[in-house]
Amino acid sequence: MGTKKVKDGWSPYLAGALTGLLAIASVWITTERLGKSSFLGASTTFVRAAAYLERTVAPQRVDTGEYYQRTKPVLDWQFMVVSGIFIGALLSSLTDKSFKLESIPPTWIERFGISPVKRAVAAVLGGIVAMVGARMADGCPSGHGLSGVMQLSVSGLAAMAMFFAPAILAAHYIYNKRRSV
Amino acid sequence: MNQAQMIGLLTGIIFGFLLQKGRVLRFDKQVGAMRLKDMTILKFMLSAILVGMVGIYLLSDRGIITMSHKPMNVGAVVIGGLLFGLGWSVMGFCPGTSIGALGEGRWHALFAVVGMIIGAAVYAELFPFFNSTVLAWKDFGKISLPEILNISHWVIIPIFWAAVIALFVFFEKKGL
Repeated sequence: MGTKKVKDGWSPYLAGALTGLLAIASVWITTERLGKSSFLGASTTFVRAAAYLERTVAPQRVDTGEYYQRTKPVLDWQFMVVSGIFIGALLSSLTDKSFKLESIPPTWIERFGISPVKRAVAAVLGGIVAMVGARMADGCPSGHGLSGVMQLSVSGLAAMAMFFAPAILAAHYIYNKRRSV
Repeated sequence: MNQAQMIGLLTGIIFGFLLQKGRVLRFDKQVGAMRLKDMTILKFMLSAILVGMVGIYLLSDRGIITMSHKPMNVGAVVIGGLLFGLGWSVMGFCPGTSIGALGEGRWHALFAVVGMIIGAAVYAELFPFFNSTVLAWKDFGKISLPEILNISHWVIIPIFWAAVIALFVFFEKKGL
């Protein structure tokens, strides 16, 4: 039983509740130490990362672009939070032996087979559409979902509904069929 | 590293640790929730929200922190949300979990990360267009549910808790 528990991780209720405490502590600490209440989020960091990369090939687009002027390439608090997620997940998975090198997700294989190119193309295209949407909506499931709903923001509640409704509908058509050859 | 970066990094490490322990970083868990077969990510999110909501409002009532509502811009939230949901269903990760998935060895999440960085650059290019169209339709500003209903948040929070607990009971009964 001990082994099973380690393999299955923690109850999502427990891990989630602790994340709630982290969210509270994080807003408190950023207010006290940095002078501004900062709520957890992730998608803005992708804009900063894009700005860093784009600056190496087309610096003038970053320096003059209206959107990049609002979201400049700087390693700010949120950028470090997102970087920390990588380290935390690595530490957790290595210490409980759930770390696993995986080249294609199992659910994807069941439906679309083992072609890594197919998966890569789909993930890149999905990522593009999702991030355009997240930046337009001004948040992702962290910023709108966790932080927004926590504050009972109307935008957070509406965004969560708008994230899930099309995802449920699309997932039904994408994954609920048997594998086509 | 400056203080903001150190606080951010430490916060992120704990966040990533908890996301991984809750097993919500996996493609299969995210798609499982969309297929209404495995509610792990909703259990995690809603538990975080229940606990966080009480603490955030206690701190805000005492003036210790200030709320940071994102604007309820109708076109942005509806069209943006729709696009996010569609992309999410194919990608199987959200921005935060994609980075965490890389950390637990699911290196295929790299394609999702690459896609999202390209997506951010695409949005930056299209921003002037969106700013004069979708984003200009109707903005209700930074509003909260207690404000628009004109009901104390200490009335709404217990109702929210009751509804979510009922949902949890339903999930457990159905083995989701």
